[in-house]
Amino acid sequence: MPGRRSPPADNRLLWPALALPGTAWLTLFFLVPVYAIACIAFGRVDPVFRDAIPVWNPADWQFADAGDTLSSVISGPLRGVFLRTTVYVVAAIAFCLVIGYPVAYYVARSSLRRRTWLLGLMILPFWVSFLMRLLAWVNLLEPDGWATRALDWIGIEQQWLNGNHVTVILGLVYGYVPFLILPLYASLERIDWNLVDAAQDLGASPWRSFHRITLPLSRPGIAAGVVLVALPMFGDYYTNDLLSRSPRTEMIGNQIDFFLNASRQKQKGATLVLVLSAALAIGMSWYLIGLERTRRREES
Amino acid sequence: MSGRRRGLAVTTWLYLVWTLVPVVIAVLFSFNDGRSRSTWQGFSLRWWTGDPEQSLLHDPTLRTALRNSLVLAAGTIAIAVPLGVALAIGLHRWRARTARVVNWTNSIPLITPEIVMGAALLISFDHLLTWVPLGRPAQLVGHVTFTLSFVVVTVRGRLVSIGHAYEDAARDLGATPIQAMRWILLPLLTPAIVASVVIVFASSIDDFVISSFLKADASTETVPVRIYSAVRSSSSPSLNALATMMVVISFFALAITMYVLTRIQRRRGGEGLRSAMGDVTQMDV
Repeated sequence: MPGRRSPPADNRLLWPALALPGTAWLTLFFLVPVYAIACIAFGRVDPVFRDAIPVWNPADWQFADAGDTLSSVISGPLRGVFLRTTVYVVAAIAFCLVIGYPVAYYVARSSLRRRTWLLGLMILPFWVSFLMRLLAWVNLLEPDGWATRALDWIGIEQQWLNGNHVTVILGLVYGYVPFLILPLYASLERIDWNLVDAAQDLGASPWRSFHRITLPLSRPGIAAGVVLVALPMFGDYYTNDLLSRSPRTEMIGNQIDFFLNASRQKQKGATLVLVLSAALAIGMSWYLIGLERTRRREES
Repeated sequence: MSGRRRGLAVTTWLYLVWTLVPVVIAVLFSFNDGRSRSTWQGFSLRWWTGDPEQSLLHDPTLRTALRNSLVLAAGTIAIAVPLGVALAIGLHRWRARTARVVNWTNSIPLITPEIVMGAALLISFDHLLTWVPLGRPAQLVGHVTFTLSFVVVTVRGRLVSIGHAYEDAARDLGATPIQAMRWILLPLLTPAIVASVVIVFASSIDDFVISSFLKADASTETVPVRIYSAVRSSSSPSLNALATMMVVISFFALAITMYVLTRIQRRRGGEGLRSAMGDVTQMDV
């Protein structure tokens, strides 16, 4: 009879065998392709046809062209695009938090019955395609659209769909705020509200108990939500394309899309993908280090 | 106290109106009698079935997009779910250092922006994995790659809460590892597998970036890609009809899933709807 402590030999191979197909898939279609980006970015360019030629051996990589693209990001024409992307994303995240925090808080403190229904409504946007949700706004913001006319009526007259910064930022907020609310809700829901009651019994004002207890306890949720929306926002180009399609609002994703799909300057596109990934990886590791530090502080 | 509470309630309901009403209006405009997607000119089914050339029923580009999206989603489910379930079970039990590396690899796609994955796949299908042609095969590979991690995360969450006890009991009673998996583990995993199916379905039909990067020509456009290329041109409300059709299909899929999960959870003495929602949202509802 096989006992618990001595796993028989027959399942020593079973688990790796089960994991093998998925692992092979991810290696072939994820790790190798990511490596291929570098092979294009640090590869050669055909002198006649200007086509990118990948160089698979890292020893033969040459960094001059990628360096040119990088310096155009740091001090050249692409700097504005990178700065604009950052400003848009930071502004959009700030709006997401201002909208999302009260909503997540309200749902978390609702009665069980109401919470189930509210959550059901909260996850509805996930079941409506992102492009459909943008299409809805394009229709509303056309010069004769309902939102444009309503805003005209209260005195805000604007061209919404031709290179308007506000439209793009609010488009990002609209698209991604549901992704921020769910992790935020999950962390607020786990808070022991007795702590807040205790603080208020001891004379803390509602604001002070929020500031000293609720907010710090929900910080992991805020961080997770921000990461969850920041990553796709930095790579987003379609929100911008649908709501603006103007060089005045161009983001880094638009440049990558342009170089890879429209102009076939793949080498430049690949380099920009690497620059973006590196920037996001730095942000990610900052988040992970913070997470680790919190965990250690809680253990000690 | 109650004033603040009312303020929060108002914010929440305003938020819900703001997120949901534009979509409802877009659905409404698919029934517009005129050509406009922004000025209401009366009710008609013109853009659904009536117009002999441009309605959803008759416009070949819209029908192709719809079919492409559904075929792609079905194919993605057929590959990603078995692959992901096997990977999750394997990783959960396999206690070697390699498993940790694989586990780590598996979580990177979750934090990779779609544009990075789309670019990576496009470049490798052009230069290295040239046996995968752009168009549906490439899109299928792309969709499986980015949904695989969702399946693994969903199933692993469930595996952790099941624990080892049931399987060990079966093994003590003489079941082989494969029998224990077939008769004990897989039935216990059913809710997670059902949830994975619907999550993969929703992610696949919602995907724009990967489908767009890996399309070959107009005949391999999916619904989101079609919306993207048509929305800023003066296209008719049949575009809204196409988008509405997709919403109807995914709500239908969600409703079936919730029904199935509720039944499973009830039979197991769970709390029905609430547990089912927990399965789908990966949260304690």
